[in-house]
Amino acid sequence: MATSRELKAAIATNRFGLGARPGEIDAARSDPEGYLLAQIQAGGADQPQYNPMPSWDRINQFRIFQQDRRQGRRQQAATGAPAAPRPGRRAGPNDPTPPERDPVQIAGRMIREGTAVDFLARFRMGARTGASFRERWALFWANHFTVSGVKLITAVVVGPYEQEAIRPKVFDTFENLLISAIVHPAMLLYLDQAQSTGPNSPGAAYVRRELRGGGLNENLAREILELHTVGINGGYSQDDVTEFARALTGWSVGGPNERTERQGKFVYRGIIHEPGDRTVMGKSYRNTGGDQALAVLRDLAASPATARHLATKIARHFVSEDPPPGLVAKLEATYLRTGGRLDELARALITSPEAWEPQAHKFKTPYDFLVSTWRTTGTEPNDIRNLAPTLTAMGQKPFSAPSPKGWPEENATWAAPDAIIKRLAYSEAFAAIAANTMEPLATAQATLGAMLTEPTATAIRRAETRAEGLAILLMSPEFQRR
Amino acid sequence: MNRSDFSRRHALFALAGLGVSIDFMSGRAYAAADGALARKKVIVVICRGGMDGLSVSPPVGDADYQGLRRNIALAGFGEAGGALPLDATFGLHPALASVHRLARAGQARIAPAIATPDRARSHFEAQDVLESGGSVVYGTASGWLNRALEALGPERRVSALSVGTTAPLILRGKVQAASWSPGGQQEKDTRLPGILQDLYANDALLGPALASGLATEAMAQSAMTAPSAPPQGGDMMDAQMDAQMNAGGEALRPVLRQGLPQARSLGTTLAGFMTQESGPQVAAVSIDGFDTHANQGAAQGQLATRLAYLDAFLDGVAKGLGPGWNDTVLMVTTEFGRTAKANGTGGTDHGTASTALVMGGALKPGGIIGDWPGLAQTSLFENRDTRPTLDMRGLFKGVLAAHMGVDRRALDTLVFPDSAAIAPVQGLV
Repeated sequence: MATSRELKAAIATNRFGLGARPGEIDAARSDPEGYLLAQIQAGGADQPQYNPMPSWDRINQFRIFQQDRRQGRRQQAATGAPAAPRPGRRAGPNDPTPPERDPVQIAGRMIREGTAVDFLARFRMGARTGASFRERWALFWANHFTVSGVKLITAVVVGPYEQEAIRPKVFDTFENLLISAIVHPAMLLYLDQAQSTGPNSPGAAYVRRELRGGGLNENLAREILELHTVGINGGYSQDDVTEFARALTGWSVGGPNERTERQGKFVYRGIIHEPGDRTVMGKSYRNTGGDQALAVLRDLAASPATARHLATKIARHFVSEDPPPGLVAKLEATYLRTGGRLDELARALITSPEAWEPQAHKFKTPYDFLVSTWRTTGTEPNDIRNLAPTLTAMGQKPFSAPSPKGWPEENATWAAPDAIIKRLAYSEAFAAIAANTMEPLATAQATLGAMLTEPTATAIRRAETRAEGLAILLMSPEFQRR
Repeated sequence: MNRSDFSRRHALFALAGLGVSIDFMSGRAYAAADGALARKKVIVVICRGGMDGLSVSPPVGDADYQGLRRNIALAGFGEAGGALPLDATFGLHPALASVHRLARAGQARIAPAIATPDRARSHFEAQDVLESGGSVVYGTASGWLNRALEALGPERRVSALSVGTTAPLILRGKVQAASWSPGGQQEKDTRLPGILQDLYANDALLGPALASGLATEAMAQSAMTAPSAPPQGGDMMDAQMDAQMNAGGEALRPVLRQGLPQARSLGTTLAGFMTQESGPQVAAVSIDGFDTHANQGAAQGQLATRLAYLDAFLDGVAKGLGPGWNDTVLMVTTEFGRTAKANGTGGTDHGTASTALVMGGALKPGGIIGDWPGLAQTSLFENRDTRPTLDMRGLFKGVLAAHMGVDRRALDTLVFPDSAAIAPVQGLV
């Protein structure tokens, strides 16, 4: 099946990217595949342009806040008087306002402003970038290694987690990306690893007595196997999950009372590491302390089951829920041949004819839909206040995937009747503001190129107002899909 | 008719008449013929994340319970923060006060050792099996509740509604189910819905979804003004944090659990939909946040907060339905239970059997549904989880057969494929 170059230019910007900005389809026309291949870069994905407070600092500040709050409650319970705030609290290094002393205010501001700023910065970059395939590739892996803001402590670090653990590694090997994501404090906190304790470790008794903990938590081990690497049919058992969880014990996050260089960062606590060799999926791992789980991760990354799982997931994400078997096979073979090089996977995806078939199968997620509406205008939002509630109403709260599995892939999930009404309401409102400076039919041609169908073009031509025409474009079947 | 002459309401109802969303219309059309059956209601509440059955209906009379649960065990009957008594063995979590009140009136029962056929302890696999009704994972792309409507056939069109911004698998399938969540009002007179309806004419995904969405939005207008709906506002969260987060806008909502008044109001709004003439007879609702690996708490804490939310929602539904409650069976289910023993981090890990709550004015009073295997070490499933004694499909089948009149053959094949060996639970209604 040969797809015309006209159509391929439109597909390059819409299916592989976040939607065409003005002039982008023209730029891609002479060599659509080359246009995408040029976006692969050794240094990883782009970073949003702002000066975020790093995750270790946020985690630390947040834990101090939690500590103080607990202390305050105890003190209040004992004396009836609220605790005085602890002095000397630092605000972020890039914070223009003078440091506040009240940890509650710091924590509140971190959640309220920090998270919103992180999200807006990412959204703006998506709206602006000339390399939107690169951005989609980064978002895919961020979703693969989901850390969701459903917990207070993870809510403050989803943004920096993506920037620190994911973006630099998305064109590296999968093994390096996997390790980078799993050892990040945000992941260790999100999947309850930070406090998991080997029941027979020297520190177990202390943890039991002082912290009322002292046992294994298998959450991270299970999700690594099921979601991040070999997949649900990867051939592991409950015993493998438990053994892997034992190997992971000791991987933790430095607390606010530890040395400065450990605070809010990955630490290995040998004293709560479960002693002994472990057997995971038939392979034995000597007790090498903190490296024991690392060895398991490396083998998981090299597993053919992981190759199959990731190949299928990439094809489902970029092409179709029911992906062409030839494409999956090509991605899988590429993974195995290159030792899981992610830049090679991206190249294999771009150069597979199956990925370019004219039929658009995928329905845009709310985030991608919103970004693509901004891209039609060539501008970007400068305020989070409308963005976040809109995404929430469409079912995709910022930084808050419903589970470690991340945002769903299925069209049927996103195209619920209620969600269509919300998209309709948004499109009308967006068009009412944006249409003043835009000519709807020209915008449709610049945005959809050869994907624009005659019925949609006709409806836009017949629109009574510019706003109506633009809203029709945004709600058209070919704009909603990719 | 000239499009621009459409008033909003006319447009909505006219569109509703075009698409598959005639679900709502047909409910009215067949109401007279079906008599009592046309008033029957089924609500399925899915508590996602693996709800801890041993906390929902703590078996405080089981000799092994306290030892396994230690610091997350609930206290016995009559003690401070103790379980609310159901029988000599079981109580309900103290946060489930409304459910308990219904139980004492014979309108709520528990199935304390129920599970899907899936044993993988994976959220996603187990939710798939729970909602698809298949015997194996990813066996079917539609949901059992949708196929139950299909089984009722064209003579008895029953309409369905899911509450939430995305469509849950349980209601996906051939019958177009409506979905609704607060906040989507389309206020202006606009030609756009009509234009899009034309553009979507041959679009199998978007066409039916738009038609259904427009019809539901029209219905929401009256549902939300139902007389029993209390005002919005308030929250369980630490007031100071809450105020700060709210000031920060919606980006922060994810970290907050919605408060009890919102939960109750969601319940009364759902009831408002269902009590309207031609309103949906079947509804599905998802509540998340039950994956309590760490610090789940006992009488108070993380899980208690979620259960209080659930309780307020259920109370809203029961009260909101008014006399309609007597025609209703409501089931609260989850994809799996959690480990019998508390883990090292004050929580519980993925397990097997859990508790289902079965409620409604149509329910026959009775004891626990299914057998209780006990928590002795030798009774546990794979030495760690509550052993399942009842297949969840048996419960669903029992309700669909006795309450909705779905025939056994359809239940064994279409609704729950290859499930002839799983008998419907008897004596529920």
